[in-house]
Amino acid sequence: MTEQRERRIQRIILCFTALVLLMLALAALNLACGSASLSPGELLTALGSAGGKSTASRIVWDIRLPRLLAAALLGGALSVSGFLLQTFFSNPIAGPFVLGVSSGAKLTVALTMIFCLSRGLPLSAAGMIAAAFAGSVLAMGLVLLAAGKLRGMARLIVCGVMIGYICSAITDFVVTFAEDSNIVNLHNWSLGSFSGIGWPELRVASLTVGAALVWTVFLSKSMGAYQLGESYAGSMGVNLRRFRTALILLSSVLSACVTAFAGPISFVGIAVPGLMKGLFRTAKPLLMIPACFLGGGCFCLLCDLIARTVFSPTELSISSVTAVFGAPVVIGMLLRRGKKTAP
Amino acid sequence: MNTDTLSTLNTEDAGRGGSREVRNRGRQEEALLRTENLAVGYGKQNVVEGIALRAEPGKILCLIGPNGAGKSTLLRTLIRELPPTAGAVWLEGRNLNGYGDRELATMRAAVLTGRPEPEMMRCEEVVEAGRYPYTGRLGILSREDRARVRECMEQVGILSLADRDFQCISDGQRQRVLLARALCQEPKLLVLDEPTSFLDIRHKLDFLQLLRDLIREKQIAAVMSMHELELAQRFADTLICIRDGRIDRAGPPEEVLTGGYIERLYGMDRGTYDCLTGTAEAGRLTGAPKVFVIGGGGSGIPVYRKLRRQGIPFAAGVLQENDLDLPAARALGSLVITDRAFERISPEKAEEALRVLERCESVICTVSFGDQNRENRRLMERGKELGILRTADGMEEA
Repeated sequence: MTEQRERRIQRIILCFTALVLLMLALAALNLACGSASLSPGELLTALGSAGGKSTASRIVWDIRLPRLLAAALLGGALSVSGFLLQTFFSNPIAGPFVLGVSSGAKLTVALTMIFCLSRGLPLSAAGMIAAAFAGSVLAMGLVLLAAGKLRGMARLIVCGVMIGYICSAITDFVVTFAEDSNIVNLHNWSLGSFSGIGWPELRVASLTVGAALVWTVFLSKSMGAYQLGESYAGSMGVNLRRFRTALILLSSVLSACVTAFAGPISFVGIAVPGLMKGLFRTAKPLLMIPACFLGGGCFCLLCDLIARTVFSPTELSISSVTAVFGAPVVIGMLLRRGKKTAP
Repeated sequence: MNTDTLSTLNTEDAGRGGSREVRNRGRQEEALLRTENLAVGYGKQNVVEGIALRAEPGKILCLIGPNGAGKSTLLRTLIRELPPTAGAVWLEGRNLNGYGDRELATMRAAVLTGRPEPEMMRCEEVVEAGRYPYTGRLGILSREDRARVRECMEQVGILSLADRDFQCISDGQRQRVLLARALCQEPKLLVLDEPTSFLDIRHKLDFLQLLRDLIREKQIAAVMSMHELELAQRFADTLICIRDGRIDRAGPPEEVLTGGYIERLYGMDRGTYDCLTGTAEAGRLTGAPKVFVIGGGGSGIPVYRKLRRQGIPFAAGVLQENDLDLPAARALGSLVITDRAFERISPEKAEEALRVLERCESVICTVSFGDQNRENRRLMERGKELGILRTADGMEEA
């Protein structure tokens, strides 16, 4: 019995170590690869000379490093946000993208951007997050209104997808009629990309995500109880109203951060938590939150690497790459689930 | 009236378990759980009102009543999932609303209807969840918590399931895991909503026996709802019958379940329930009897039921008042001829039966004859004479 416990603990340590190593390896690859290839030697010198004037140093410090940090941070935030939503709806395929939360954020960010750009107002990073957060909460509210009346996994998802479509349609409409100079900006962003994220944005994003993550970790105990259903959670002493509000706000903040800077990114929020649950063989929130963060970071680093390099110098949108890797994982999860519930 | 019947029960049980002194003290003290004039429901809509309950440590209080009567609503109010629509619930003399979340969680635990379907959760983790009110901010279990978890799993007999996925075990095992989880909370009050509903008969008995023993051993007060009347009658100390928005009767099973009450409680217009034996029978067929059954000692019951299934009205006789056949014969037969208990069947009764028999199309005899029922032999012989005597198996042709 204790032997099995030890084996489980070993597995958890092993998995975390593997994730950290994988992340470091992917980060190194992300630094080295790109339209201008850098040798390990060049890379090291460039890394050592922050603020240097050499091309290599400029590429590493101004472009690749902020971009890879953003991919890791926002990928992690996105999958933690997905995990929170899955716990909330006790539905393994809930996530910010399928529930329309990302599209809601996209809409409000697009509106805010057009408004500010057309008047020549500067839009700060915090302002972007605030706009995205408002959109997330709005879309989430709509989903919750519908989900209150609809029980069942499929209907919730269909409802979320519909809300997502509506928001995307309005965004497209707005973008179409935006002034020419804005469109280039908007178009790139609305497809989803980690490019164009600089150090100032990164600082704001990491502060927001960091604070949200700390709060999330303190919610993990209640989330564990909530996995048995809300009645049981209530009977064990979880303050349901406070807990639910916190969960929704946190998942909205996390996904809003991502949408504000990188646009809507699909499938990370579902696929990564699913993969992590399978890898760690548990759904314990206290383990899953850091695991999802690391896993999401790795996933987005890999996807961004592919998006940048495969058809270089043309860049793919990040969502098309995450979909290619994420969608099969989700389909696999559904198939496995179907097998389990079938008699 | 409710409290009266309950206190009779207390005296009776205390007499067995403890000294006179303990009993007296028990009287003066608050009951663990008490409600007075409690109304439960949703919003402003009362489902059940005027509820007076007392639950005592070591005892099982069982709610029975038709579907939709409000049993679950009451239970959910007792665990504070729903607020009362009027009145209050008192736990150890304090209003339930006065408890903090964590404090209340160490006082009462629940086994609810509906099956939780947690993803990737081992049974041990489900039980561990019960330690919620005792762990720190991050919910990490201490050595002592772990010991408690193991202890509870052992008591409920699920140690071997520890590493199995909770979604991949049988219903019987699942209820045990959920019971262990509740016990892990170390409650003084345990609320169970139809804990045996999905179980087969063996697991129903196992579960209730286990519950009975644990409740007594740990001196927990249990309040539960059940649909299995025959089991409620055997395992509950007190039955609370809910009907038409109020408590219809309350008291020990032997006082509550008297002749014809269950039919009234559930508004049964067809079929009967025999409170003494806990047996349900389909309703009686009326009309002139076509078959005469000479039964006795339980041998007639299968034949009565078979005839009932085939829709053939029958007469039964002559049965003594203490015959095992009698409840089923009365519930199903269109005519039953009886005679006094412990006495030989009188020639007069046999004569009466003979007249009925002669109007029937067939006669079935399921019994052998002795001294007390020797008059029944005349019935069989008359059947043979008329050429209508058949075996129970030959009934289809009849």
